[in-house]
Amino acid sequence: MSILQYSFMQYALLAALLAGIACGIVGSFVVAKRIVFISGGISHAAFGGIGIGYFIGLNPILTAIPFSLLSAIGIGLISKRTKVHVDTAIGAFWAIGMAIGILFVTLTPGYAPDLFSYLFGNILTVSPLDLKLMLILDIVIVLTTFLFYKEFLAICFDEEFAEVMGMPVEGLYLLLLCLVALSVVVLIRIVGIILVIALLTIPSAVVKRFAHSLKQLMFFSIISATILTIIGIWLSYLLNLPSGATIVLTMGVVFAISIFLKRF
Amino acid sequence: MNKKEIVTLKHIWVWRDGVLALEDITLPIKENVLLGVIGPNGGGKTTLLYTILGLLKPQRGKLSVFGISPKEARKFIGYVPQHQFFDLDFPITVFGVVSMSRYKGFMKAYSKKDREAVDAALKAVDLFNLKNVQAGKLSGGQLQRLFIARALVREPRLLLLDEPTANLDSQMQKSFYELLSRLKKKMSIVLVTHDISAISVYVDEIACLNRKLCYHGDKKIGIKKLAEIYQFPVDLILHETPYRVLEEHE
Repeated sequence: MSILQYSFMQYALLAALLAGIACGIVGSFVVAKRIVFISGGISHAAFGGIGIGYFIGLNPILTAIPFSLLSAIGIGLISKRTKVHVDTAIGAFWAIGMAIGILFVTLTPGYAPDLFSYLFGNILTVSPLDLKLMLILDIVIVLTTFLFYKEFLAICFDEEFAEVMGMPVEGLYLLLLCLVALSVVVLIRIVGIILVIALLTIPSAVVKRFAHSLKQLMFFSIISATILTIIGIWLSYLLNLPSGATIVLTMGVVFAISIFLKRF
Repeated sequence: MNKKEIVTLKHIWVWRDGVLALEDITLPIKENVLLGVIGPNGGGKTTLLYTILGLLKPQRGKLSVFGISPKEARKFIGYVPQHQFFDLDFPITVFGVVSMSRYKGFMKAYSKKDREAVDAALKAVDLFNLKNVQAGKLSGGQLQRLFIARALVREPRLLLLDEPTANLDSQMQKSFYELLSRLKKKMSIVLVTHDISAISVYVDEIACLNRKLCYHGDKKIGIKKLAEIYQFPVDLILHETPYRVLEEHE
């Protein structure tokens, strides 16, 4: 295949693999624990970090890391410790994060390059630095999951019982949300903040219908997320369409087919 | 027959969010006894179990569980929660659900002994042949037994059951109680329920709970009294004169 000769295409394929690892693992937790909308809130709030990055002149992906981690902990703590319902906390953080982003982008003198690509993704602009960052975040995600697998499984399945068994449920829950935040950062370059939630949901949701264990779910989610992302990239190249939207729609078609197939 | 007390609640008061949930509760739990606690919804039944588990701290009163603090004592307690929100799609097998309960701490892998204990618990509740089935595929009665197996695998000395018969038809209830009376030989069992028909002849002792608790013990209420209970229409017993059939309260 001739398109593989281009270095941007090689970067794109590597990015697809790194994204597949992050969203396969974290997406499995998101779908199993039904924290899809918390994850949506965290991903949108991450835009605040992007805006701050523009304003202080740092790589926005870097500033998105602490910002989305803080949003994750914020949503988690508010929903666990106060009487505020988790839906409300999600709504507030979702919009406040984006508002902070818009404010800082506006305050930044001059034109904001690439802003669109942070919102909707553009896999063809992935740089070697982005890839290194994605790799480091992937390592953190894989390592944390490896160390806390039993605990995460227990709180996803039944928080009350995990508490009875003496696990620090609140801390584990916050840690899990932090993994969601990190995976959001990994995925921003691929599909952008607005579309991230599809990658954290669809591959695992498709696989969940057939998986018998969380490990199986993770393994096949990684494979399906990577393959679907690559198909999406290839289609977007072939048809000259935006990569983020094409990836998400590719996943959408597979999701629809899986629902249809399961009915029979 | 005087049996050893393993758990003692003395004049326990618990407020939840400023609302008095348990008022002046005094209750002994004795060895190898199946104690039924009946009370209406919102009567503090789950609060009582949470207090014994050490998940809620009583503001007043004395609580002793196996002579140590409730939190430390948790390892001797098996708990079967009232499971209404179990995600039937969750990717986990029957074996997986039960093995989680052998958790011993961070970074501690399950041993061969743990796997054998899981097999034994599944055999005890008659689910061993389904061990590799996805948990959501089980029927209501099988799920109930699955959660009991999850509590049993910790080899508890006290088993706490929250509304265990809610999803069981009368035939399943019968085999469920037969299971409990087998288990009773090795442990004490506390069963809380709002459903007075769930309190069958298998129960040794009865207490009624509606914020305050009335402990009837086993002498005052025998099988004969229970037969009397069943002659009443159930909602009359539940809502109108719930406890008068047992004895007059002050």
